[in-house]
Amino acid sequence: MAREPIIQVKNLVATYGSRTVLKGVDLEVYPGESLAILGRSGCGKSTLLRHMIGLSRPAEGEVLIKGQDINRISEDARVAIFRKIGMLFQSAALFNSMTVGDNVAFPLREHTGLEESTIQIMMKMKLDLVGLSGFDRFKPAQLSGGMKKRAGLARAIAMDPEILFCDEPSAGLDPVVAAGLDNLILRLKSAFKMTIVIVTHEMESVFTIADRIAMMHEGVIRAIGTRDELKQSEDPVIRQFFNREADDEEIDRDQYLNTITGAGG
Amino acid sequence: MSKTATKIFGQVGRRGLELAGQSREVGRLARETFYWMLIAPFRGKGFKWKYVVEQMVKIGYESLPIVSLIAFFVGLIIAMQSAYQLKAFGATIYTANLTAVSIIRELGPLLTAIIITGRNGSAITAEIGTMRVSEEIDALATMGLNPVKFLVVPRVLAMMIMLPCLTVIADLVGIFGGYLISMLTLDLTSVRYVDQTISALTFKDLFSGLTKSGFFALIIAGIGCHQGLIVRGGAEGVGKATTRSVVVSIFLIIAADVLFTTLFYASF
Repeated sequence: MAREPIIQVKNLVATYGSRTVLKGVDLEVYPGESLAILGRSGCGKSTLLRHMIGLSRPAEGEVLIKGQDINRISEDARVAIFRKIGMLFQSAALFNSMTVGDNVAFPLREHTGLEESTIQIMMKMKLDLVGLSGFDRFKPAQLSGGMKKRAGLARAIAMDPEILFCDEPSAGLDPVVAAGLDNLILRLKSAFKMTIVIVTHEMESVFTIADRIAMMHEGVIRAIGTRDELKQSEDPVIRQFFNREADDEEIDRDQYLNTITGAGG
Repeated sequence: MSKTATKIFGQVGRRGLELAGQSREVGRLARETFYWMLIAPFRGKGFKWKYVVEQMVKIGYESLPIVSLIAFFVGLIIAMQSAYQLKAFGATIYTANLTAVSIIRELGPLLTAIIITGRNGSAITAEIGTMRVSEEIDALATMGLNPVKFLVVPRVLAMMIMLPCLTVIADLVGIFGGYLISMLTLDLTSVRYVDQTISALTFKDLFSGLTKSGFFALIIAGIGCHQGLIVRGGAEGVGKATTRSVVVSIFLIIAADVLFTTLFYASF
């Protein structure tokens, strides 16, 4: 692809204590595309996301957003970049002490010098967009799981971000609500030309939303490509994931014995 | 035998490293807090007065009844205990001195700090810890908003303003408690007691009390925020952090009190 990538991850290594979670990840995301990061639990996909949004500092390697290394630039430059990034957290992460309306208005109040009346209108527009008009005076605790996610999405897009990150958007939702959320994200993508990065393990979501899929396995990106490309892959790890097969449980008797007796394995 | 020794040394070493790590973290938090409190506002990065006022109401206004009540009771107690001792010498008038000086120099700041630790230090940890667990702090950070600026600075500043204020009120109410007991049980006139109280006190007594109180405020808010920010492991983690916040704060308050009292004792 000739276009300049909007996000570049270069040889990213991340460690938790003595455990290496990411073992040199390289990834490029292009403007306007939607990329799904797919993988089994514990493969490092959430860790990768945390590094892409600057919540964790890498042990090695770098993360570039619009060509700037987010871990090496000044606080001001960082704020300028993050104003244009939206993030939908797995738990929605709404501020529980504020009403839903104030949650959505919060980034606008903090980052723009807009008048309160304008902010109110923008807040109501965003809530309407996610199908929550009229809920602005509710507290997050009064909403259902799906509504919280949608409110979180409204807050994530409050600043009209160029990039939207979603961490497991459909986790914990019933299939109908999850499908609704997927459609919503798709609509946002086509309406606002956002770049979308989604971390998930739900194949259904991936197929609806993603232009490209990055398959993670044991701390590295095992394969990346369109849905059809990955479907035709011969790689057993990818085939297993796409065909929803369980691990073959081959038990090594000696090793098992060592594990349960605590002898050095 | 040698295995036990290794174990003990291992424990001590681990604990030591843990403590050193935590101290470093607290140091970093302190540096960031002072940056956002004292330097950033003058560089046009804004300051959150709204949140400071919100916290001041929680820490100051809402704590006023309980702080006053306890200070009043302690005033009663100190006056009675002093009078009990002084009666033997026929010097009950010095009840006024003992009550006023011990409350202003020591008990006012200390008791207020301990009450506020229990009431607000724990609340700060629980609040920030819950926000940590529910990813709210991460959400702030991804919006390009610094959690220290939004959460820590308002609490530290509000605490540093309100704790000395509460201490002054506690001092006054405590001294009034002492006055009341003396009027009721001792053969003293009101005018003499008040005169005696005023002549017993010097500016440096008040100064030493309020200086302590300022540092206690730093301890309560600083430890409260730090323990909240490092919470891990869901609701249980928040509970544990809250307990630890109160225990560590009270310990540090008493330790700081020893230090300051020694300093003031030596210099005044």
